[in-house]
Amino acid sequence: MSRLHELTATQAAAKIKNGELAAEEYVMSVLERMSRLEEKTHCFVTPTPEEALEKARAIDEKVRRGEGYGRLAGLAVAVKDNMCTKGVRTTCSSRMLVDFVPPYDATVIRRLRGEDAVIIGKTNMDEFAMGTTTETSYFGPTRNPWNPGKVPGGSSGGSAAAVIAEETTLALGSDTGGSVRCPASYCSTVGLKPTYGLVSRYGLISYANSLEQIGPLTKSVRDCALLLSVIGGHDGMDSTSADLPAKDYAPSLKGDVKGLRAGIPREFLGEGVEDKVKKTVWRAIHEMESLGMICEEISLPSMTYALAAYYIIAMSEASSNLARYDGLRYGYRNERDEGDWSTVYAKDRKIGFGAEARRRVILGTYALSAGYYDQYYLRALKVRTIIRRDLERALKESDVLVGPTMPLLPFDFGEKIGDPLTLYMCDILTVSANLTGFPAISMPSGFADELPVGLQILGRPFDEETILRAAHAFEQNTDHHKRRPDL
Amino acid sequence: MATKEKKHISKKEVEHVAWLAHVELIEEEKALFTDQFNRILDYFKTIDEAETEGVPPTYHVLDLVNVFRKDEPEESLSKEESLKNAPQKQEGFFKSPRIV
Repeated sequence: MSRLHELTATQAAAKIKNGELAAEEYVMSVLERMSRLEEKTHCFVTPTPEEALEKARAIDEKVRRGEGYGRLAGLAVAVKDNMCTKGVRTTCSSRMLVDFVPPYDATVIRRLRGEDAVIIGKTNMDEFAMGTTTETSYFGPTRNPWNPGKVPGGSSGGSAAAVIAEETTLALGSDTGGSVRCPASYCSTVGLKPTYGLVSRYGLISYANSLEQIGPLTKSVRDCALLLSVIGGHDGMDSTSADLPAKDYAPSLKGDVKGLRAGIPREFLGEGVEDKVKKTVWRAIHEMESLGMICEEISLPSMTYALAAYYIIAMSEASSNLARYDGLRYGYRNERDEGDWSTVYAKDRKIGFGAEARRRVILGTYALSAGYYDQYYLRALKVRTIIRRDLERALKESDVLVGPTMPLLPFDFGEKIGDPLTLYMCDILTVSANLTGFPAISMPSGFADELPVGLQILGRPFDEETILRAAHAFEQNTDHHKRRPDL
Repeated sequence: MATKEKKHISKKEVEHVAWLAHVELIEEEKALFTDQFNRILDYFKTIDEAETEGVPPTYHVLDLVNVFRKDEPEESLSKEESLKNAPQKQEGFFKSPRIV
C-alpha cells in the first residue's frame, strides 16, 4: 500500500468509508507529515492537531456504530487563515488580528464540518490576502515545496504548498485577483476560483468583496469537484450568494472533450510572458488538441486595461473594507496610545497593518476621494464592463479560454517585493476572471527548470462543469499532476 | 529616483490622504510611498485610453437588486461572546478612546 499521506481525497474517502482505513490512522499520518515538514515549508499559521485527532476518532466511532457519515469523512482540510473558525484564531496573517478568535464559523467551515471533514489547521497567506508571494505575511513567508528559495505564489500560498507537500488532503483558499490560481500554478496543484456568487463569503474576512470567491486547492481535478460540491450553493447569510442549489460536480467529469472549443487568447501568450512558460503551455494546448479539443487563437483586446482596472477597484474596496479595523471590537490596540479617537485609530493602524495593506488602503482612499473618483474608480468600473463584454463575446465562439495562469515561473524571495508595481504585474492573466466574476481553474501542465507551470482554463459563468471536464480530460491523459517535490 | 516627469501626487498630498484613511505614516516611508504611488498611478493611466463613452459601470457582476429575508428574531451572539475580542472593555461595554 502506498504511504497514507499520498492518497488523494477521493482515494482516502473510499478507504475510510469501506472500513479499510480508520480516519484516526489516516489523519495521524497527515499530521506526522505536517510536523516533519513544517520547519521547511511553513504552510500553517495555526495547526490544530488535537482537535483534528479528536474529530477523526469521532468519525471512526460513527463508522463503527453504522451511523451515516459525510462526503468528506476523515479527510484533512487546511483552511486559509482569512476564513472564520469558531474558537480557533483567525489572523489574516496580520498583526492586526493576531489574537482574533471568531465566535462563529464561516459558512464554508460549517459545510465542511457538516460533511465530517477534519480541519487540521489555518494556513499562511499574504496579509489580508494582498500579495502574490506570501512574503507580506506577518508570520514570515511560506516556502515553495519544489524549491525553498522560490516563492510559493499567493496569497493562498500556505494552502497550495500544504496540498503539494501532502501536509493535508484538501485545502481552501480565496481568490480576489488570482490568489487561489497563482499558488496552485506555483506549487503544481489544482486550484479553482468559482463563479462569483457560487460559494458563500459569509465569514470570509473581506479584502475586495465584489471580486473575491473562496475556492478549492487539491491534488486532482476529481478532488476539486468533490470539495466544490460541498462548499457551493446558495446561502442566506450572504446577500451576494447566487440563488442556486448545491450541486454534485462529480458527474461532470465524465464524457469526452471531443469538439470542445478552446479559445487561446493571443494576449495570454504575448509580451511579458516568459518563453519557458509559453513553450510549456503550448505543449499542453497541443495535448488538448490531440484529445479532440478544437483550439483556436482568438483576441481579447480589452486585456490591455484589465490589470489597472483591477487594482483600482481592489484598492478602493480594500480602503472601505479595512476601515472596520478601529481597535474597538477586535484587532490591535496599543494601550499606551493617548489622544483622541482619530489619533489612536491612525496610530494603531500604522502598527497593525503591514506596508502593503497600508499602501492599498491609502491608494484606495485616494482613488475614491472627491476630484479623483471619476478619473479612477468610476472609469475602472466602466472598463470592467468593457472587459466583461469582451469575455462574453469570446465565450460565445469558444466553450472555454485556455492559457497560462502566471506569466513568470516561480521567482526568488525578495526579487519583486521591493517594487509593488512589478509584483502587481504578475496578476495580469488572472484578474479578468475576478473582474467579470467568471470561473477559472489552474492545473499542473508541466515543468520548466524543475519548476511547475500552471494551465488556466476560464469558462462561462456557473459553467464550472465544462471547465472541470476539460481539466479532468487533460489530467487523465498526462502525468504532471502525479509529480511530487522531493521533501 | 529622478522626479522630472509630471507627478500625480506629492509627499504632502500622500500625508493628507493617509490622514483621511486614518493610517499614520512611518517617517521613513513617506518618500518611498510617494515614489511608489506615482509609479502606480502612472500605470493606472492605462485605462485613460479605453473608449468608455456611454459605457455603464459594473459595480457588481451579479444581477442582484435587493435581497430580503423575513424579519424574524434569531439567536445571536451573547454579550460575553461579542466582547471577547475587544482589546479594551469596561462594565460590559467596548471601551473607546476619547471621542471629543
